[in-house]
Amino acid sequence: MSDNTPKDDITGVETTGHSWDGITELNNPLPRWWVLTFYACIAWAVVYWVAMPAWPTLSGHTKGLLGSSDRQQVDQEVAKLVNSRAPMFAQLQATPIEMVSKNKELFQFAQESGRVAFAQNCSTCHGAGGQGAKGFPSLVDDVWLWDGSIQGIRSTLQTGIRTDHPETRFSQMPAFGRDKLLEPQQIADVTQYVLTLSRQPADAKAAARGASVFAANCVACHGTEGKGDPTQGAPNLTDREWLYGGSAQDITAQINLGRGGVMPTMSQRLDPATLDALAIYVHSLGGGT
Amino acid sequence: MLFKNHGIIERNSMILLIGILLVVSIGGIVQIAPLFRIEQTIEKVQGVRPYTPLELAGRGVYIREGCYTCHSQMIRPLRDEIERYGHYSLAAESMYDHPFQWGSKRTGPDLARVGGRYSDAWHVQHLINPRSVVPESIMPPYAFLEGREIGIKDVVDKHLVAQTRVGVPYTQAAIDNAKDDLMAQADPNADSEGLQARYGGKVTVRDFDGDPSKVTEMDALVAYLQVLGTMVDFKTYEPTKAENLR
Repeated sequence: MSDNTPKDDITGVETTGHSWDGITELNNPLPRWWVLTFYACIAWAVVYWVAMPAWPTLSGHTKGLLGSSDRQQVDQEVAKLVNSRAPMFAQLQATPIEMVSKNKELFQFAQESGRVAFAQNCSTCHGAGGQGAKGFPSLVDDVWLWDGSIQGIRSTLQTGIRTDHPETRFSQMPAFGRDKLLEPQQIADVTQYVLTLSRQPADAKAAARGASVFAANCVACHGTEGKGDPTQGAPNLTDREWLYGGSAQDITAQINLGRGGVMPTMSQRLDPATLDALAIYVHSLGGGT
Repeated sequence: MLFKNHGIIERNSMILLIGILLVVSIGGIVQIAPLFRIEQTIEKVQGVRPYTPLELAGRGVYIREGCYTCHSQMIRPLRDEIERYGHYSLAAESMYDHPFQWGSKRTGPDLARVGGRYSDAWHVQHLINPRSVVPESIMPPYAFLEGREIGIKDVVDKHLVAQTRVGVPYTQAAIDNAKDDLMAQADPNADSEGLQARYGGKVTVRDFDGDPSKVTEMDALVAYLQVLGTMVDFKTYEPTKAENLR
């Protein structure tokens, strides 16, 4: 378009030259601020290409003058975080785990670190407050399937339960029903006997018959009185805390199937100091010996 | 000049056409050319292997049920994500994913490293009724998976063939034995030597859903979830090595 484009008489602004029934269109320029911002963005893009990693090349990509790397940056940020926690974690590791509660500041640190680790790694199974669920043990009571001391809890965290860790805690209740180790009648009888152990109403005759089944099949792990054995993960049957439920139906189901839960080993996921903190936190939830 | 004389371009259709082609091809080159160099973005790591047939079937269930609409599989290189989920995701970890499941929508948590975090029994119970173990969860239940035998098991070898077409290096032996491998991985009493020879000794062979009588979609999905993020051997991976920096 040359300079002889028509102008609007009233405003003196160029028109587009189009006319509809005598109506013409002003050809106002774009607002100056908009144009400048647009050019600034283009200039910024060029600066960015030069300064930051940008273009793919045949053997990699242009690294940019600043040599910036997201992965390097996050590495540094994580390292900074780890360093800021390091003195307290070092102190935690240097202190015998039973003695930590004597040092108020250290105990508080362990509690907080443990709480965070618990929320992320444990609460999905054991519940947000450690209350557990059917098949997932409660951590807030005095009843422990395995050793409930701080050391014992620490050890469970380290190896897990029924994992492929070489020192894993392991126990296996036989599936008396599924694998046909006991007759259905014997299972019904021993169920009634187990009910009497925890002083629940039961059929006395059946329970008497079940006592001998119990003595022949169950005492090796659960003990003659049914009090269990935390060194081999055998639950106490005389209390009212049940992993898979305490009704006659639930007990029969467990004798049939011999279920046993798996707790993943935490030693590959968390560092030793965090495991210490976690053990201290779990121990403080209310349970433990 | 160009600003004053654009009328010439507008009035000559051939010149306009050439101009359009020029501009579109610049856009095309910028978007398409890097794809031919994509191998450069994949880190060289130890341990990543193609999915076993059972895991692949589970991945199919994952995609069919739309798990990706609420769960991402991409831990970004940000401090807070690393604190929560573990090491940031590597390109190498999804090199055999077709299509990848990265996503950016997290109604539920990221699953890139969920493998090994929870027990099989937890996964099964959580899929049957999420609220029974996580009261605040809004995830829908998938209890029906437990009753459905894997439909793909008769054609899983073809599934592997399809994967090889897009670049997953399944061997002919893996394809020929796909059906057996699928069944063997879900049965701890089966002979799984062949499976482990083809996919490595780290392959987990378990009765994932706790029902030994049949191989269900629950088995497959749990097998898939339990392998997520567990393949890379981070002991041999140097994150700060120049070629691994991005």
